[in-house]
Amino acid sequence: MRLLGILKTAASALRRNIMRTLLTTLGIVIGVAAVITMMEIGNGATLAIQRTLTSIGANSLVVMSGAQNVGGINYGIGSITTLSPNDADSIAKECSACANVAPVVRARTQIVYGNRNWVPTYIYGSTPSFLQIRDWTDMDAGEAFTEHDVLNVSKVCIVGRTIVRELFAGQSPIGKEIRVRNVAFKVVGVLSPKGANMMGQDQDDTLLAPWTTIKYRVVATSLSSGNQSTTDTSNTTEVNSLSETYPNITTSLYPVQSSNELADVPQPIRFANVDQILTNARSAEEIPSAIRQITDVLRENHHLRPAAPNDFAVRDMTEITQAMSSTTELITKLLLYVAMISLVVGGVGIMNIMLVSVTERTREIGLRMAVGAEPNDILSQFLAEAIVLCLLGGIMGILVGRGASILVSKVLNWPTAPSVGAIVAAVVVSASVGVIFGFYPAWKGSRLDPIDALRYE
Amino acid sequence: MNDLINLKNIHKTYHLGEVDLPVLKGVSLKVARGELVALMGVSGSGKSTLMNILGCLDHPTSGEYWLDGLEISRFGAKERARLRNRIIGFVFQSFNLLPRTTALENVLLPLSYTRENLTEHLKRQRAAEMLEKVGLADRVHHQPSQLSGGEQQRVAIARSLINGPQILLADEPTGNLDSRTSEEILDMFEKLNGIDGITIILVTHDPGVAHHAQRTIRIRDGLIEGSGGPL
Repeated sequence: MRLLGILKTAASALRRNIMRTLLTTLGIVIGVAAVITMMEIGNGATLAIQRTLTSIGANSLVVMSGAQNVGGINYGIGSITTLSPNDADSIAKECSACANVAPVVRARTQIVYGNRNWVPTYIYGSTPSFLQIRDWTDMDAGEAFTEHDVLNVSKVCIVGRTIVRELFAGQSPIGKEIRVRNVAFKVVGVLSPKGANMMGQDQDDTLLAPWTTIKYRVVATSLSSGNQSTTDTSNTTEVNSLSETYPNITTSLYPVQSSNELADVPQPIRFANVDQILTNARSAEEIPSAIRQITDVLRENHHLRPAAPNDFAVRDMTEITQAMSSTTELITKLLLYVAMISLVVGGVGIMNIMLVSVTERTREIGLRMAVGAEPNDILSQFLAEAIVLCLLGGIMGILVGRGASILVSKVLNWPTAPSVGAIVAAVVVSASVGVIFGFYPAWKGSRLDPIDALRYE
Repeated sequence: MNDLINLKNIHKTYHLGEVDLPVLKGVSLKVARGELVALMGVSGSGKSTLMNILGCLDHPTSGEYWLDGLEISRFGAKERARLRNRIIGFVFQSFNLLPRTTALENVLLPLSYTRENLTEHLKRQRAAEMLEKVGLADRVHHQPSQLSGGEQQRVAIARSLINGPQILLADEPTGNLDSRTSEEILDMFEKLNGIDGITIILVTHDPGVAHHAQRTIRIRDGLIEGSGGPL
């Protein structure tokens, strides 16, 4: 018998007992539907987890300037300033795996509003992309500064929750001016709260301003990332009794400019360096290629010879990435086991009904054998019936499962994501369930003796 | 040698655990092409076993079975299935039609196991012709439950004829029918034998049925008791 004939015979045999056919497939329908719904809910959960982990910077990469090695003494990462805003532009332009790029200038200094003062944990000079990379675009109030502000070296800033509490005692800071090392910054936005990072440092204690402003108006000549304000004050407080014991006055070769002079006349610095470049890969999978691309671009920008070591370092968040992939893996495995169990249960149901069917149709088998069916014909007929049953169940299961997952996402508001893989797997698995659990009954039918089968009551 | 069937010293012994149960004890038998033979015997005489062997459903323990010039007593299950499909048509006492399947589909059944490659259209045409031949042209799309006993048996006969068999093996074909319908069915057998030249073996215990045959073979206790003209 040709394949089409076999399928037609199977279909007509199943049609002869439509109620039982439907009830039998129900097991597979429920199994496949459960698998698909679970997979889609699981996919949604995975996406949600990924999104959460991305918001703490799972995909982000930090490019640090390299280590200085003078006469055998290594000063550690960041001791020479090799990164420039140009590097950031090149990365943005040439690295396809990087979504956003932001140059970062850091400062640590006192900020003042009215009669209150505070030293924030983080003072960052960057671009609006910084917020995208940190997934921090939600503003509590006001809005972020723009690229335009970066170009204009505008004196605007956005502040975190902690600064609002410390400087403004919880009142709205929008439109107020705070002084950062005697430079007046207008507050244009308040960052949404983010809490502490994994090291326990308060991320809401952040002041963010255009990097050009921080660079040229605040940090100016000083390249160190130390607390510039304390350096200032220690320079002026001559009456410090401890200064004899712990002298911290640095002899400077040139006359020191006052802070006011610095703020009023930004120093044109020929080599405008940045402390870090912050970027994020388009997805977790693209992190390695992003690192490779960044390394290639920067080596070329810095004119490094092939043998020379990198004068920068690219850091990724290995810990977070690992947490992400292991979570995803766990969910996928869990769902796989659920899938297996429900499909095995469905398969046993199919086997049960096929055994009943073979017994019930013993006379039919006898007749088919009498008119010339070989054992293989009987085997393939019953096997085909089981497979058709399972595929039928699989298709209905896909529809029911898709419907259920849409319902879940609409009614319960759970995130779901359609999974083509789950649908393909469901079809393949339900067909294999048909083969595996249909084989024994079919084999049993094919082994019948036609004489006994014809006489069977 | 014009014998279609030639049995030589057929033995059939069933093994029931430790006990050997001989059912056929050396049956020798010839049936010529185009004969209409009745095979008679009481139950337990070995009549059914002999019919199973004649119908290639079973193979003898020993002896030779020549069918259409071939010695088939040692054929395997597969070859016997092909022989049944090509050469032998079966008619059963209980009709054995597939329930909830139209007469036409029932008649088509043997064709699905035929090696011949016929188009679907040709198959259906042939099945319809067979139904017409047994006088059921207007019952083509009826299911067995919508047909009378006689009509069901005629569908079964059409089914047995679809592959153009040389032998028709009818096992108590009128056992479930009233006397009037029985006569009709037996007339049909006679016609098939007379006009189409099909060799027919009627297995029965009813002398009235055997009366329609040209020759009656009697079997008792696993041996041919006698073979003579019509009763």
